[in-house]
Parts: sequence; C-alpha cells; structure tokens
Amino acid sequence: MKKFTDLELQIKSVEYRLALLKYIKIAKAGHTGGSLSCTDILNVLYNDVLDVTPESFGDKNRNRYIQSKGHSVEALYVVLADKGFYPESDLETLCKGGSKYVGHPTRKIPGIEFNTGALGHGLPISAGIALAAKKDEADYKVFTLLGDGELAEGSNWEAAQMAAHYKLDNLVAILDHNALQITGTNREVNSPYPIDEKFRAFGWHVVEVDGNNITELRKTFQAVPEVKGKPTFVIANTVKGKGVSFMENEKKWHHGVPSDEQYELAMKELNGELERLSAIKVGE
Amino acid sequence: MTTIEKKETLIKGKANLEVFSETLISLAEKDRNILAVTSDSRGSGKLVPFADKLPDQIVEVGIAEQNLVGVAAGLASAGKKVYAVSPACFLTARSLEQIKNDVAYSDFPVVLVGISAGVSYGALGSTHHSIHDVAVLRAINNIEVVVPADNFEAEQTIIAASKATKPVFIKFGKKAMPVLPRLEQTFEIGKASTICEGSDVAFIACGETVLPAYEAAQILKEKGISAEVISMHTVKPLDEQAVLKAAQKCKAVITVEEHSVHGGLGEACASLLMQNGVSLPFKIVGIPDEDTATGSQEEIFEYYGITGDALMETALKLA
Repeated sequence: MKKFTDLELQIKSVEYRLALLKYIKIAKAGHTGGSLSCTDILNVLYNDVLDVTPESFGDKNRNRYIQSKGHSVEALYVVLADKGFYPESDLETLCKGGSKYVGHPTRKIPGIEFNTGALGHGLPISAGIALAAKKDEADYKVFTLLGDGELAEGSNWEAAQMAAHYKLDNLVAILDHNALQITGTNREVNSPYPIDEKFRAFGWHVVEVDGNNITELRKTFQAVPEVKGKPTFVIANTVKGKGVSFMENEKKWHHGVPSDEQYELAMKELNGELERLSAIKVGE
Repeated sequence: MTTIEKKETLIKGKANLEVFSETLISLAEKDRNILAVTSDSRGSGKLVPFADKLPDQIVEVGIAEQNLVGVAAGLASAGKKVYAVSPACFLTARSLEQIKNDVAYSDFPVVLVGISAGVSYGALGSTHHSIHDVAVLRAINNIEVVVPADNFEAEQTIIAASKATKPVFIKFGKKAMPVLPRLEQTFEIGKASTICEGSDVAFIACGETVLPAYEAAQILKEKGISAEVISMHTVKPLDEQAVLKAAQKCKAVITVEEHSVHGGLGEACASLLMQNGVSLPFKIVGIPDEDTATGSQEEIFEYYGITGDALMETALKLA
C-alpha cells in the first residue's frame, strides 16, 4: 500500500469533497451533509488502513469495510473510484435511470461488500464477519461506519451485546458523530447520550477522535484494536457538511442539493483550500 | 372408511424438525464451514445434539432475531454455510428487513430455517403463529421458499440447501409426520412431488397439510372420486408446469396450506392459472383473515377444515 503523507491525504479529502459535490449536483440527489462529514474517515480507511484494492478485493483475508450509514454513499463511490475500482466518470450516471450507481451501496458496484442503506444493519453484519474471521483464525479486521442518528435502531444494541460476548477484538465500529440528523440534533430527536458510557457498559473499548483530522484519524485507526478481547468503538467527532462553510452544521444539507450559485460558492471554497494545501506541499 | 383408519396405514415418522437436526449434524460433521446460528432456540430447534457434538459450529446470539440474520449474512459473506434457526414467527417478521436486505438483496446464500412454523405452537396463540411467512417472502426477490411435507422432503431440502447458491427459507412444524407415498423417490427444490395421481380433483398442498389432503384423497377414492395430491414443497419458485398439468387433467383444484389464505400457495396457483387463461372450480383452504381460533394445531386444522374429512367435503362440493 502506498504510504501517503498527512498533507497528501488532506489534499485527497478536498478532492473527494469536490468530486462528491460534483456528482450530487449532476444527479440532483444525494446525502450531502453526511458524505462531507465522513469523507476524512473513508479517506484514512481506504488510503492508510484497509489495504483493499481491485486486485485484493477477492482475497478471503482482506480487511472488510461495511458502510452502515449507507446514505453517505457518494463519499464511498468517490473513494472507490479513486482506488481504481471503476472510472470516476461512471459517477455521472449516479441515480440516473438504468444506472447501477444506486443512491445507497450495492454489490453491483465493485468494491462494495454489502447492500446497505436501511439503518441498523452494518453492525450485526460486521459482527458476523468478525466472528467468521475468529472461527477461521484469520487476522483480518472488520470496520463499519455508523451514523449517530442510527444508534436509535435497536439492532445495533443487539449486535453490540453479542460482539462483546464473543470478544470480537477484530471489529471496529466508527461513529460519524456529526450530532445532526434529518429532523434536528441527536439531542433534540432522541438523545443517544452518553454514547461512550453506553458502549463501555456493553463491554467495548471506546476511543474518541476528531473525525475530520487526518493525523488523528490515522493514529487512531492504526492503533485499533488496542484492547485484546474487546471490540473497539471509535467516536469520530465530525462536522456535518464539513469543508463548505454554508453547509456546515445545517440540517437542511442532510440531503440538500446545491443550486448553481451555491455549487459555485462551494467549489470556490474547496478549490481555495486545495490551493492552500498544494502550496504547503510545494513549499516543503 | 374414516380418516383415523387411513392414518394407520401410513408408516410412522418423526417430526420434520428432528430430521432437520439429524441431517444437519451429518452434513456439518463432514464440513466444518457449516454453522447453525440460533436465537436461544436450540432446544425448540432440536439442535441440542448438534451443539453437544459440534460445539464450535453453533453460534448462539440470544433472543435477538434481527442480529441473528445480520450475523448469519456476515458469516455467509465470509464463506460460511449458515443455517439461521429461529421460530418462523419471529424469523420472518422481526428480522424481515435483514432477510430482505442482508440476505436476499445482498445475495448471500443463507439458509433460513423457520421452526415451529404455521400454527405448530397451537394454543400459544397468534404471537407465535407464522401464517404470513410465505406471503411476505414471496414478495421478496432472490429467496426460495420451501415447505417440506414429510421426513423425506425435510431431509432432501436440508441437503439441497447445503448446496444452494441462493438464499433459501425452509419451514418446519413440530408434529411427527408419517411417511407419505410418492410416485418418484427423487427430490429437487422447485419441482413438485406427486403423492398420488387422480383425474377428478387435484389437491395442491404444502407442508403438514399434504397429509390431510392425502387422507381426503383416500376417502374420495372409496366414493369413486379420483383425487390427485401434489406436494408443492417449493412455493417459490412455483412449479408452474405441475400446477397447469393438474388443472388440465382434473375438473377442480383445491389448494391447502397452513398459512393465511392471503398471499400463500393458493393465491400463487390462482394467479398462475388465471394468467394462463385456465378457469375451473378452485378453492383456497388455509387460515382465513381473522383472529386465529384457539387450540392445538390439530384443533385449529379441524376448525378451518384442514382434515381429511373436511377436505373430502370441500372436494365433493367443488368437483
């Protein structure tokens, strides 16, 4: 796996954000805010941790990534294109009639492990895969990305109990904790807090990280699993709509599609950030 | 000749559930990739001997059916041959979304085993009855639905499912089933089995209702009426040729199932016949759309006319 510098990954994140907004704009559909909040997490997983490539995807012992918050599929589609699973231009057909690029992850797309999108499914599935690895004495890890609103789904807690019971220390659940869901803040809708204490009480090892900080994410994901015999729960504190100032922390961008004017503004802001980061790179 | 006398002529068998357990043990002993996943249901699933013999091949998730199916799908995706075993009523309602998305839509060949299906739980009531399962699973793409009638079909289904490359749902009752006669000792998922041939009326039945249909045929024979009995063990995909052939050679068709009259075998046959321009006297016997009567499975069958005598009467009215 190519070793990227933190700066190179930071640049990739901006490029991913530019791309996912482009395809949401073309599709006139997509889950904008959540895709932007989890971009850095997917970036670090696919470029620094998973070591999954089109060539290795059929390998029985590959690391697994299950996107439980399937609605943030635009971020995943863009990252998989960058990893060479398909040409990025395929995404011009996103959500269009006849396209295989559905608005939630589907195994019709190379690189995707499970058809997700209904919430509360990723953790049970991932626990099953992690258990299979234990039975086979294989050393691959299973990563799953959950949304914070998703924690209200009871199936998560069924799996949380079972993963601890089976001591699935090869399982890492990452929470995209942007604290917003479609109706409002998590706290307003149906408070999931205290999330850390709940998972600890369920027998998990819990860590907290800035989910939009490449350096911190790398450090955290490389270290997990830290505790033998316990599954790991990473609370990644993120900003919904990250990278586009007028989309940040605004619930209307959950699945908002930018107007032409808003799109230009977003592109300008992200391109400005890209230039800034690229200049640092040149200066090094 | 009464139904009771006729029953005695058939060789006694075991509960299909017991055959399932024995067959699964023999398969799993040869293949350590076979796993049984249970939801605190190993006792009712007759899997205690499996757990004793092959403790590494049973996965207990506790009373958590959504997790049961999600975990089963995860295990299957990683190369395990998984039999997810839970009471049919919970498996196909509580975890329906997991069946739909994690198993069928994601396309992993999990074998879903609904135990104590239909009204097997009898007087425990509607919470424990599963008379919706065929209807809901018929409407989900990429899953086969098999309802074995006797020990032979139960064993053959479990063996066939071990080789299946697509998801399969199998449902069993708890009652000991006699060995049914059959024209051919072969079995294939998707191919109906003829129990006896006839030309006046055809009973197309599945699961534990094939027995009363056969008993009715025996009584009708005494009355000079020739009844065909087909075990339509696979409700999906339906053996269309078998249904059309039966409708062609007989003057009336009666479907029988331990299931709601809505959305099950009966409506599958009716739809097929109508869309093929076949019109003939036709009756769906099953559980009507009402609060299911209280009682044992036998008493519920009696109440809704799923006995040899009652089916004989239905046939006389129709043919």
